[in-house]
Amino acid sequence: MAEVAHQADVTEVGYQAGPLLEVDNLHVEFPTRDGIARAVNGVSYSLEQGKTLAVLGESGSGKSVTAQVIMGILDEPGHVSAGEVRFQGRNLLTMSEKERRPLRGNKIAMIFQDALSSLNPVFTVGWQIAEMFRVHQGLTRREAKQKAIEMMDRVRLPAAKNRYNDYPHQFSGGMRQRIMIAMAIALGPDVLIADEPTTALDVTVQAQIMGLLHDLQRESNMGLILITHDLGVVADVADDIAVMYAGRIVEHAPVHDIYRAPAHPYTKGLIESIPRVDLKGQELHAIKGLPPNLLRMPSGCAFHPRCPYRTDQCMTDTPPLYDVGGTRHSACHHWTEVIDDAR
Amino acid sequence: MSDPQIAAMSRHEDEDRSAHPEMTGQVRSLWSDAWHDLLRKPSFLIPLVIVGLFVLIAIFPGLFTNADPEYAELSKSMQGPSAEAWFGYDLQGRDVFARTIYGARPSIIVGTLAVLLATLFGGLIGIIAGYAGGWIDSLLSRFTEIFLGLPYVLGAIIILSALANTRSGIGSFGIMMIVTLVMALLGWPLVTRIARSAMLAVKHSDYVQAARGLGASPVRIVFKHLLPNALAPIIVIATISVGTFISAEAVLSFLGIGLRPPVISWGVAIADHQNLMRQAAHPVLFPAAALTVVVIAFVMIGDAVREALDPKLR
Repeated sequence: MAEVAHQADVTEVGYQAGPLLEVDNLHVEFPTRDGIARAVNGVSYSLEQGKTLAVLGESGSGKSVTAQVIMGILDEPGHVSAGEVRFQGRNLLTMSEKERRPLRGNKIAMIFQDALSSLNPVFTVGWQIAEMFRVHQGLTRREAKQKAIEMMDRVRLPAAKNRYNDYPHQFSGGMRQRIMIAMAIALGPDVLIADEPTTALDVTVQAQIMGLLHDLQRESNMGLILITHDLGVVADVADDIAVMYAGRIVEHAPVHDIYRAPAHPYTKGLIESIPRVDLKGQELHAIKGLPPNLLRMPSGCAFHPRCPYRTDQCMTDTPPLYDVGGTRHSACHHWTEVIDDAR
Repeated sequence: MSDPQIAAMSRHEDEDRSAHPEMTGQVRSLWSDAWHDLLRKPSFLIPLVIVGLFVLIAIFPGLFTNADPEYAELSKSMQGPSAEAWFGYDLQGRDVFARTIYGARPSIIVGTLAVLLATLFGGLIGIIAGYAGGWIDSLLSRFTEIFLGLPYVLGAIIILSALANTRSGIGSFGIMMIVTLVMALLGWPLVTRIARSAMLAVKHSDYVQAARGLGASPVRIVFKHLLPNALAPIIVIATISVGTFISAEAVLSFLGIGLRPPVISWGVAIADHQNLMRQAAHPVLFPAAALTVVVIAFVMIGDAVREALDPKLR
C-alpha cells in the first residue's frame, strides 16, 4: 500500500479519490555531537478516510517523530532531509507556517501520551476546550461554552456541565485523556493522530479510551493514526498496521494478516512476545538484543543482529519493501520463510 | 465503563455539586481561585494583617505616635521603657517608639521598590532569555552571571562608597532612591534565573506542544500558555524577596553605607546603638523586633502565595 500510495491520482483542486494523508519517503535527521542520528529513514504510509492505521514500534523507532513531522511540530534540531507529507494531495512540508497553522486542529489534530501534562494546568478544562471554538471559529464565550459542554458529553465525560470549571489535576488519567480527545476532535478534523494515547493509563481505562476513539472515528468518518508500542491494544481498532523498526517500515499489512501470519521476523517476534493465557507457566518469548543505536546503524538490514533468519545477504543488502501479496509488504529478504513458519 | 455506571456517577456528582453551590460558579481563573484560597488561610491572613498594619504605619506615622522622632532630650538618654515612652529613649534621648514608627516608611519603601524594580527588569530579561533560547539566551545569561558573581554586600559596599561623596545634600528621598537602585541592581539576577528556568520548563512542557498541535498561534502560546505558567514562580520569589530586601537594607544601613540620617531607619537605629547593647538593649531590640516581624510576615505571605498558585498543591 505504501508503495503504490504516491502514484495515486491526486490533483490540487479537484481532490476526490486518493488517500487523505500520505507520508512519502520521509527522512528525518537529528544532528548530534556524535554525528547525525537518522530517526526516520524513508518512511511511507498512507491513510484513507474513515480508516485506522496503527503505527507500531518500540521507543526510538521513529513513529512519534513521523507524527511530529505530519503536525509540523518537530523540535529543533530535528529536520526533514527528504520526502513529502501530503494532506489531500497538498505537500505540507513546502507550506509556510502561516498556511499550515489553520490546518492544525481544524484538519489534522493530535493527542499525546500523557494527558495530564498535555493540558495547561492553569486553566479550567472547559475553558481550554471552549478556547478551540473561540480561536478557530470566532464563537462568543457563551456559544463556545455550550459547544465545549457538548464535546465533553461526546467523549462521555460524566457530569460534563458541572465539571466545566474544574482544573486538569482534578480529573483522573482516563478522564484527562477524554478531555484531550474532546479538544482534538472539537473542530471535526479529518485526521486524528493519537500518539500512544493509552500508555499512561491502566489496563481497563486503556480499553475504554480505545473504544471511545474507535466510536468517534466511525461517527465522524475521520482517518485515525494510532501510534503505539503495544500490539495488544490495536487488534480490535486498526484496519492496517505499519510496523516500524529503526526509522523504517518493516512490515505494512491489514491487521488480520499480521496477526495470522507475520511476514517480517521483527513482527513475528513482537507477536510471540505477547503474553498468552494458554502458554501460562512457560517462559515469555523475547526478542534478543537491543534496538540499534541511530548513530551507528548496522549495515544491510537494521534488524539483522537480532534476527534468527539472518543470512550473509542481510548484512550487506538493505531489503526493499517486498510485495507479499494483497496489500501486504515486508522488508525482509526471507519473508517467504517467515510466513511459512507462521502458518 | 458501561453507560449505567456513568449515569450513576454523574448523578452522584450532581448531588455532590449541589451541596457546594460555590463550586458551580461562572468562569474561574487560576488567579481568582488562588485569591479565594488565600483568603481562607490563616497563614496568609495573619501576616497580611501585620504587613497591612506596617504599611499603614509607613503611610500615616502620625496616627500611631504623638512624639516627634527628632526631638532629643539628652537628660533622658538611654532611659528604659516607661509609661511615658513605651520603648524608652535612645542615646540622644529621642523616643525609640516614635523612631521605630517613623522607621517603617523608609524600610518598606526601599524594600518594595527595590523588589519591584528587580522583578520587572530581572523577570523581563529571564523571560526573554528562556523564550528565545539560542544565542540570545547565552548572551543574556552571561550578562546576568556577571552581576550574579558580585557578592551582594561587597558589591553594595563598593557602589555605595563610590557614591558616598556625590550623595551629600540630596535629602532623605535621594538617599532612599540611591539605596533602592543599588539593591535592585544587585538583586535582579536572582529573579532572572528563576524567570528563565520557569520559562524553559514551561516551554518544553507537553501542553505547549499539544497547543501547537491543535493550531495555537505563537502569540497565543506566549500569552495563554507560557506566561501564565511562568509567572507564578516569579511572583512568589518577588513576595519572599520583599522581606529579604528589607533586611538587606537594614544590613547596609548597619554597615553605614545604606540609609543614614536624616532618614530614620531601623538599620540605622541598630547600628547607632550596637556598642551600647550591654548597657541597655532596648534601643536595638525594638527596631530589630519590628524588622524581624515585617520580614517574617513577607516570607510567610510568599509561602502562602506559592501554595495557592500551584494548582497541584491545592
